[in-house]
Formats: sequence, structure tokens, C-alpha cells
Amino acid sequence: MAKAKRLGLKERYSLMTRGLDWETTYQPMDEVFPYDKYEGIKIIDWDKWEDPFRLTMESYWKYQSEKERKLYAILDAFQQNNGQLNISDARYMNAVKLWLQGITPLEYAAHRGFAHAGRAFRGAGARVACQMQSIDELRHAQTQLHAFSHYNKFFNGMHGFAHLRDRAWYLSIPKSFFEDAMSAGPFEFVTSISFAFEYVLTNLLFMPFVSGAAYNGDMATTTFGFSAQSDESRHMTLGLEVVKFMLEQHEDNVPIVQAWLDKWFWRGYRLLGLVGTMMDYMLPKKVMSWKEAWEIYWEENGIALFHDLSRYGIRLPKYHEVATKEKTRVTHELWATLYQYGNALGLHTWVPEDEELDWMSEKYGDLFDTMYRPRLLFLREQEQAGNRYFNNRLPMVCQVCQIPVFYTEPDDPQKQCVRIVEWADTKHHCCSDGCADIFNREPEKFVQSLIPPQQIYRGDAGGARDIFEYAEWLHLKKDIDTGEYNGSPDHQNWEAWQSQQPTPQANSDEAA
Amino acid sequence: MADNVFIAFQNNAEAQPIIEAILEDNPAAVANESPGMVKIDCPGRLVVRRETVEEKMGRDFDLQEMHINLISLGGNIDEDDDEFVIAWNT
Repeated sequence: MAKAKRLGLKERYSLMTRGLDWETTYQPMDEVFPYDKYEGIKIIDWDKWEDPFRLTMESYWKYQSEKERKLYAILDAFQQNNGQLNISDARYMNAVKLWLQGITPLEYAAHRGFAHAGRAFRGAGARVACQMQSIDELRHAQTQLHAFSHYNKFFNGMHGFAHLRDRAWYLSIPKSFFEDAMSAGPFEFVTSISFAFEYVLTNLLFMPFVSGAAYNGDMATTTFGFSAQSDESRHMTLGLEVVKFMLEQHEDNVPIVQAWLDKWFWRGYRLLGLVGTMMDYMLPKKVMSWKEAWEIYWEENGIALFHDLSRYGIRLPKYHEVATKEKTRVTHELWATLYQYGNALGLHTWVPEDEELDWMSEKYGDLFDTMYRPRLLFLREQEQAGNRYFNNRLPMVCQVCQIPVFYTEPDDPQKQCVRIVEWADTKHHCCSDGCADIFNREPEKFVQSLIPPQQIYRGDAGGARDIFEYAEWLHLKKDIDTGEYNGSPDHQNWEAWQSQQPTPQANSDEAA
Repeated sequence: MADNVFIAFQNNAEAQPIIEAILEDNPAAVANESPGMVKIDCPGRLVVRRETVEEKMGRDFDLQEMHINLISLGGNIDEDDDEFVIAWNT
């Protein structure tokens, strides 16, 4: 069969990404691109930058529009067929609420960050890749909002994600993560988001959690989740490419990149504790435990990646062994915290049912049975006796990751881990050696962190005098948007809807 | 043994011939299914060959069409018109 002669992929990519730029003459290049040198990264030849997918803008638009058509056809079907009734249980919705409140704003922040990084790099290949990613991230924010808007008609706590994002104490965990990255230079930004976060860690969010969404009958999240992750594989590839590019360009870049990998591995790991908790506690039907996901996606896949980078003199990120030690407890410790501060959360918390506790025993073994199961059973007993426990104060949070300082010592799950760091005669609290190191490396940056509980107690949260007034300032209604799941309007509505179902849903386990 | 590379696809009819082609071309590859997705792990190196995918699909296939149903991957990528390779260099 005679085929029309056409350019090969490599030639097409080269033509579409090279020679698009020029050396400026009216202004020196360093004035036009003022941000791509001060971090100390030395680039000898920008043309060595290569996008391994060799995706040109033309193909990018073609495939992205096809993804969008698929996605919106499914969202239409989902809405028209009352897809919200097919989820496993209304408790599941709280994972969706946390996604909407905590993760969707990060997509938008990534859109802004990559637009900025794309402008900052003087190499055309890098700029094209950042431009595509910036558009992808905007798409992710939009598709998530479109998908979730349907749920917002039926469930509480989803009405004000943008208002919450800048005011809710627990959302400063993801927010501060991204603002740390966005206020760094362009090379650190791309290393932090594309490599440390997307390559090393987001598989944990988009693979086991989204698979969990499929298992729990959430057709909307499954669809946008996997659709977003297909972009993500391109971003991860960009992340690996930028790291290899920096390492190959100059040996002086190696220690700088290593320090960023150490920092952003730890920050990403801390942030993902929230995802682990969604997997272990908020999916009524469980797919995979956080521990198992950590073993597959970090201990196997993540470490393989670092083996590959060892030829450049890169070693495994600092404290990776601590993260691995914590894999049996991080989600249980975090859930206990969310549970007790439930009056200041835009989602519900609860004690899992017996069969879920058995699943956790099976996955987590002795430590769960001796430490966490008894605590959960005690909390359940108290709740059933009409004495549901709430800690109606606000926690001390880590100066770096902004997670409450409640995790335990790496070698002692019964001892709270606190690290006090000092700078310019002030003391600050960190949750771990990982966060303390990050503080000590850039103290001038981290002393400026806006710490929500401190701001709230200072009266900067609309003058709120207690946690209930603070929740009102968040536009959260007590016991409707916040508090215990059992007996909440979401719970009552769900039971009513289920009892009206004429027959069990025939296709309730249908995945996307 | 070499570290595993991996590639994951949405578990749908469109991706099925791609998955079959990969398993045929990479005898050491193992497919792991979980709800909604299939993750294929393979020691050291994995190749997606356009020709094999075309045989399974019964039509022309551009390797970049993979983006539509691709979920994630792990490894260094090298792609041209005929092959999409994921490999570790160690």
C-alpha cells in the first residue's frame, strides 16, 4: 500500500519546537528571562531539551479534544441517569468533598505555576512543554468542577470551595504546598511539581484512589480522574526530563537538584497523608490500603526511578526510610485528627464499620489491633452513648507542612514527634525531622508562613471567638456541613433515597 | 533482576488491543487489573509496537492515540512512529 510521504515523529517534533525562539537584541536575554539563572542551575545548551513524547501543539489539541469529548459524554450520561445514586454509600462523598476543597484548587494553582515557568525558561522546548501543562491543569480544574457540580445538588459541604480554600485551616496543607513551589524559582517549581509530586507521588492519588472511586461506583470521578492522569503521564515525563536535563547540563547542578528532591519528596509525602486517609477511611468499599499503595508506587516504582538517577550521583531522598516506617500508621493518626476537629471541617467524619475495621486489621496487622482499633471502638462507644467526641479547639500545626503536630516518633508510635526550630530569636514547631530540615534550609521563607490557627486565635478570622464562629466564617453550617456523619442530613437523605429505589441498581458496579 | 517499568491503561474496549499487543510483544510483562484500570509491569524494558497494535485492532494506529486511554507509566520514554519504549537505564 502506497502511503503519502510524511515526516517522521522525530522530525515533526524538531520542526515544531525548534527555531521558534530568537536571541533578543533590543534587550539582553538575561533581562528578558530574569528568573532562570538565580537558582544556580547552569544550562549550557537548551537545545538538548527533548520531550520524549514528542508531542507537537497540533497533536496536543487533537488528542485533548478527543479526551474532552469522551469525558463530557460520560458526564452527561452520569447526570441524566442520576449517577449520584450509584455510589457505594454517602460516606464516600466526603472523599469527593476533600478532593474538591483540597485538590481542585491545586490544579488551578498548577495552571498558574506552569504559565509562569513557561514564561521564565529561555529554551523553546521547555516552554512548549510548560505551556501544554499549564493548559492541562486548567482543564483538570474545570473538568473536576463540572463533574462535582452535579454532586453539589445532592450533598452538603460542596458549596464554597473557593471561599474555603483561603480560610479553612486544614486546606492550608495543600495550599501552602503549592505556594511554596510557586514562590520558588522556575527550576525548583518544575522539580517540585512535575518530578517530586507528579512522577514520584501522584500515582498514589490518581491510580489506587481513582480505581477506588470506580469500585465505589463514582463514574464522574473515575472518568475525570483517569482522563486527568493521562495528561499526568505526560507531566511526569516532563518532570523526569527536566531533572535529567539539569543533571546532564552541569555537574554543579547535582547538589542543588538533590536538595530539592529531598525537600519535595518530604513535602509531597506529608501532603499525600490526606490521600492515604481518603483511601483507607473514606472509601466504603476498599481497593488497596495506603500501605500497599506505598509499597507498589514508592518502594517498587519510586525507588526504581532513583536507581535510574543514581548514575548522575543522585541518591534516594532524605527520610524516605522514615516515610516507609510510617506506612502502617500515618492514615490512622491523621483520621483520628480529622475526626476530633470535625466541627471545623467542611466534611463529615465517622468511625468505620466492623467489617472495615477487620479489613484494616488484615492490612495493618498487630499495630492496628493494639493501638488504633481500641481507640476507634472507644470513640464509637462514646458516640453511641450520645457523647460524640470533638476537640473544639484548634491544633498546633507544623510550620512547614501545616499538618497538626500529632504524628509520632519514627521508632515509637506512642510518642508524639515534635521538633522545635529557632530562627532570629523566634521558635517554631515542626512535625518531623523532614520538615525541620526544610525550615532550617530556608528559614527566611518559612517564618513567613501564615499559620491558620494562630491567625484565627488572633482574631483574623472575622473575629471568631471559638471554633463554631470560625466555622460560620467558613460558611459551614454546624452538623449539616460539619461534624459527625451518622445522623447528618447527607446520611438521612441517602437512606431515604435508597429506600425509594424500586430494585437494587442493576449496573451499580459498572466502571467507566 | 532489573527494576520494573510500568504502563497503565483505562480498562475499556479501546485499550484492550493495546494491552493484548503489549503482552504479546513483551513475554515478561504481567498485567495487574484493579477496578477501572490495568497496570502492566515488566522488568527493565517494555515496548509498544505499532504493527502489533494494528493487527489486534484491524486498523491503522498512531502510537500517540495511546494518550487517550493511558493512565500512567514509569520509566524513561523513547518514542518514534513504530515503537514506544519504556526502559530503565540502570
